[in-house]
Amino acid sequence: MIHITKRKEMPLPQALAIRLLAIALSLVVCGVITAVMTGLNPLDVYGTMIKGAFGTQRKIWILLQEIAILLCVALALTPAFRMKFWNLGGEGQILVGSLASAACMICLGDKVPNALLILLMAVASVAAGAVWAGIPAIFKARWNTNETLFTLMMNYVATQLVAYFVIVWEVPKGSGNIGIINQSTEAGWFPQLFGYKYLLNIILVALLTVAMHVYLTYSKHGYEISVVGESASTARYVGIKVDRVIVRTLLLSGAVCGFAGLLLVGGTSHTLTTTIAGGRGFTAVMVAWLAKFNPAIMAASSFLLVFMGNGAGEISTAYGLNHSFGDILTGIILFFIIGCEFFISYKVHFAKKEGERVV
Amino acid sequence: MFDIVSFIPRAVAQSVPLLFGSTGEIITEKSGNLNLGIPGVMYVGAISGVIGSFLYERSFSDPSQINAFLGVLIPLACCLLGSLLMGLLYCFLTVTLRANQNVTGLAMTTFGVGFGNFFGGSLIKLTGAAVPSIALSATSNLFRRSLPLASGMGWFGKVFLSYGFLAYVAFVVAFAASYVLERTRVGLQLRAVGEDPATADAAGVNITRYKYLATCLGCMIAGLGGLYYVMDYANGVWSNDAFGDRGWLALALVIFTIWRPKVSAAASILFGGLYILYLYIPSGGNMAVKELYKMIPYVVTIVVLVFSSMRNMRENQPPESLGLPYFREDR
Amino acid sequence: MAHRVPAVSMRHITKEFAGKVVANRDVSLDIYRGEILALLGENGSGKTTLMNMLSGIYYPDAGEIQIDGKPVNIGSPKDAFDHGIGMIHQHFKLVNVFTAAENIVLGLKEKGRFDLAAASERIRQICDAYGFDVDPNQKVYDMSVSQKQTVEIVKLLYRGAEILILDEPTAVLTPQETDKLFAVLRNMRDDGKAIIIITHKLHEVLDISDRVVVLRKGEYVGEMATAETTAQEMTNMMVGRQVSLNIDRPPVEMDYRMERIRVKNLTVRNHDGVVKLDDVSFTAYTGEILGIAGISGSGQKELLEAIAGLQPVESGSIEYVVDATGPTEEVEQLIGMDPIKIAQMGVVLSFVPEDRLGMGLVASMDLTDNMMLRSFRDGTSPFTDRKAPRHLAELVVDELEVNTPGVSTPVRRLSGGNVQKVLVGREIAAAPTVLLSAYAVRGLDVNSSYLIYDLLNRQKGNGVAVVYVGEDLDVLLELCDRILVLCGGKVSGIVDGRTTTKNEVGMMMTKLGGGEA
Repeated sequence: MIHITKRKEMPLPQALAIRLLAIALSLVVCGVITAVMTGLNPLDVYGTMIKGAFGTQRKIWILLQEIAILLCVALALTPAFRMKFWNLGGEGQILVGSLASAACMICLGDKVPNALLILLMAVASVAAGAVWAGIPAIFKARWNTNETLFTLMMNYVATQLVAYFVIVWEVPKGSGNIGIINQSTEAGWFPQLFGYKYLLNIILVALLTVAMHVYLTYSKHGYEISVVGESASTARYVGIKVDRVIVRTLLLSGAVCGFAGLLLVGGTSHTLTTTIAGGRGFTAVMVAWLAKFNPAIMAASSFLLVFMGNGAGEISTAYGLNHSFGDILTGIILFFIIGCEFFISYKVHFAKKEGERVV
Repeated sequence: MFDIVSFIPRAVAQSVPLLFGSTGEIITEKSGNLNLGIPGVMYVGAISGVIGSFLYERSFSDPSQINAFLGVLIPLACCLLGSLLMGLLYCFLTVTLRANQNVTGLAMTTFGVGFGNFFGGSLIKLTGAAVPSIALSATSNLFRRSLPLASGMGWFGKVFLSYGFLAYVAFVVAFAASYVLERTRVGLQLRAVGEDPATADAAGVNITRYKYLATCLGCMIAGLGGLYYVMDYANGVWSNDAFGDRGWLALALVIFTIWRPKVSAAASILFGGLYILYLYIPSGGNMAVKELYKMIPYVVTIVVLVFSSMRNMRENQPPESLGLPYFREDR
Repeated sequence: MAHRVPAVSMRHITKEFAGKVVANRDVSLDIYRGEILALLGENGSGKTTLMNMLSGIYYPDAGEIQIDGKPVNIGSPKDAFDHGIGMIHQHFKLVNVFTAAENIVLGLKEKGRFDLAAASERIRQICDAYGFDVDPNQKVYDMSVSQKQTVEIVKLLYRGAEILILDEPTAVLTPQETDKLFAVLRNMRDDGKAIIIITHKLHEVLDISDRVVVLRKGEYVGEMATAETTAQEMTNMMVGRQVSLNIDRPPVEMDYRMERIRVKNLTVRNHDGVVKLDDVSFTAYTGEILGIAGISGSGQKELLEAIAGLQPVESGSIEYVVDATGPTEEVEQLIGMDPIKIAQMGVVLSFVPEDRLGMGLVASMDLTDNMMLRSFRDGTSPFTDRKAPRHLAELVVDELEVNTPGVSTPVRRLSGGNVQKVLVGREIAAAPTVLLSAYAVRGLDVNSSYLIYDLLNRQKGNGVAVVYVGEDLDVLLELCDRILVLCGGKVSGIVDGRTTTKNEVGMMMTKLGGGEA
């Protein structure tokens, strides 16, 4: 007979060990699947993946930059999740942030000094992201409108909005692409620090991580978010204005997503497409959840997912497979990690007594 | 001006995947499982059917010689099997292992969409076939075959009889689901599981079994939506990401119809119409504006969401324990 | 008696919960047909857990259950039904959006077509036979608590249960409803059914049961025939030592007594527009405990929340008398204020709500963070100060003897009594002038209850205006100086706690009219 009971609290090292074991197991499964697909020896599979992620200095920079952006989005979603507000609209909030940045670059590129332009881009993208998250928040606060679906739909509205402007700004006409914005002047491009293109992005996100941790753990706002998330009626009882906290927190959440859009357009790709967010709005949900909404651990979970993505990308390229291979591997790893949480919160007993029926 | 006789069949064709998806998700949600993996399940359903029929068609030198019965049965069975496996995975994680449903669902969507696109993109290379792209026209012809008298009946035939059999299956399944949920003992117990599993458990209903059955059945129904899309709507041509966001719209339909499959039968046609409305709105050759028109279904969904939350009636609520894992000995 | 085979025999049952103490250790008891057995014990003594194992909710870690002398394995509620065991839980197991009939047939494996109309007909027959009043087509969310309980009983009878377990069935009933319930239970006993009633109310044990089994801290302490025991003896067994059963009621210091809260013509509607308070007027004085009695849902919650600034008010006024000794009375209007504005006016109003973990405290936060709930806004810094709350938490743990591993333990892991001590401790620490409390001792064991009574009396001695919403009439009559009785949102009277009788208050709870103190 199998019987399940809840554990009190597993010591952290043990919980960590279970998670690492799950990741290791999932990597084995991924290796076997890849080997079956490619006919390759599994060890070479891992070799290719590691080469894909760390192979050259450029690849390492790309890896770090990808981690930074994903972490940025995960940080953005965290305050909302702590409040039990399922913001699945990260994708759309990143998109409108990117759109706002690109708009500044295109419309003001040759009219204002570069420093002012970047500042304007920052303000515009942060504001755009905040508005995009603020709209569902207002309806959630006022009428308890289902935020999961609302934010999800806002993603598609944002996609179409970007699609519209991509056609308005397309270069050359009829191509359906904007191309690299301000290629010659580099107006609105983030400056290179010490000659490294992505260093500024990485430093900004590192600072943001610390700031978000402090905000959530030590500030009065962070405390209010936790109270509202645990129990709205307790919050009301002590005089916290729940609707105001919901809107304020989502403005913050959206603003940071918009900021990620700024990093993408100003600091990385210097262009705008409808797929610029690249599913990060959803991947970040899992990054944040895997880390139990702890900003420091999120850096690790971002690393894991980006590493897998880049590694699988290398395999796809090397063996002429479709690039979606990475999504399959990511999915498998997520399933293992999601599943292993069970063994952290519950205990399974196997009773040896004969004649008992399975409950 | 506005050609309603050509508009309606196109709206209905658009509505079928949405209807399959929403019926499947309603059944799932009635058991208290919020499956955000439905978009992924629909991809898996579609690609599984494609793989089955691709391999079957390849075993003939001339694909038009395939057996009509097997030509339908093989993709259908593959599709149902693929979707079922996704459903079992979701249930194992959320019901047996009590994992967070939102995260599990999103991971399934990542996995499922990736799975679909991967095999869609690599199937030819993996099987070493000598064809340029996946185009299952023979199978598609079987799925698209409509009643022979349809063409002879003018507008009536076009509006009501011009569809492949899966379209009718979608509507039959939706009405059957409504009947079972509202009028049968099984439906009553399923609703109880989603509303208040502790109560249903105390009344002797096997929570785990109901959750597994409802979710797996829901996934299989949703998977058919993917199969319809590729075999009927897309003429058997697989192209990556073509299925798009229909899975998410199907989830939106669930709330839109307040968890009622028979309402979904009508609402899905409305959504299908909204989905292609941009083709019918004159834009004077301005391509950019067309992109804005494509927002319509999403904006309408949002508006409906807001209005239904404002009304906020007791009968119009989601199943009360939706999204929550059940553990009998929770204290 | 000794030669009869017991309907149920539980042998050496042990059950443990993760992170908690042993819920049941080596408990054995027998239940016979045609008798009512009272299972008596303090809260946390393991009564409900033990019965949950009989009804298939929990599974024992060790021990054996026999039905009619044969060992059985009860692994699920369905197994329990199959053995004729039915349990009515303290929290009703009813699906809110279903009708009575749908709830009653839920889970039944009847042959043939699903026919709700036929089921409704059978339900009516059962109701007629026992004199119940149930509309099979009424939705549960439209029902009163006692109607829901009736549905639960009918549900068991419909399924032909032979062994009925009732978990504190009277907690939510008026004395009159309790009498009716007991009459039905006696009928069922005379039908040859075995009935177990879980309770901690001694007078009910004496009133209804044939035999009583006492549990303490999860262990079997003893049993006796009800006719041969006394309330004092049972209490001693239950608590494990000699306790006094009297609640103190220090006299009101009439010289210093003054008006504190003046409620006039207060009318409140809920979200759905239903009137919950109708033209309510009363005055609460300093240095007294004003009791509020009424069937649950008569407007008690709305009344307290309206005073605390949590409930929108349709009309009327709530005045806080700041000072009545000067030449002109100084008064603040509380209507339209939220808790923060009330505090900013300098009114220290403490509120111990009914839902301790859902409203008064945050279950997943530790003691320190919970102490902070009231005070976290203090100061101009954007960051919280956790030093003062930690001191307060340590103080409360010390003074109220809260049983906890430390101040960093989430309150959800504390037992009910300790949770309430934390909540009351925090609310009293603010040195309030008004203390509102709702069901302050619900679910608490005897010791904790007396500690709470003592704390309330101390506040009364300090000149605080205490409002005590209670459900146990015996306690209200012993503790409160005056008792306001609510009936359907109206005040049916205010009576003197020293002179009124239980019957008088019970009558006022169900219909309007009564004395004025």
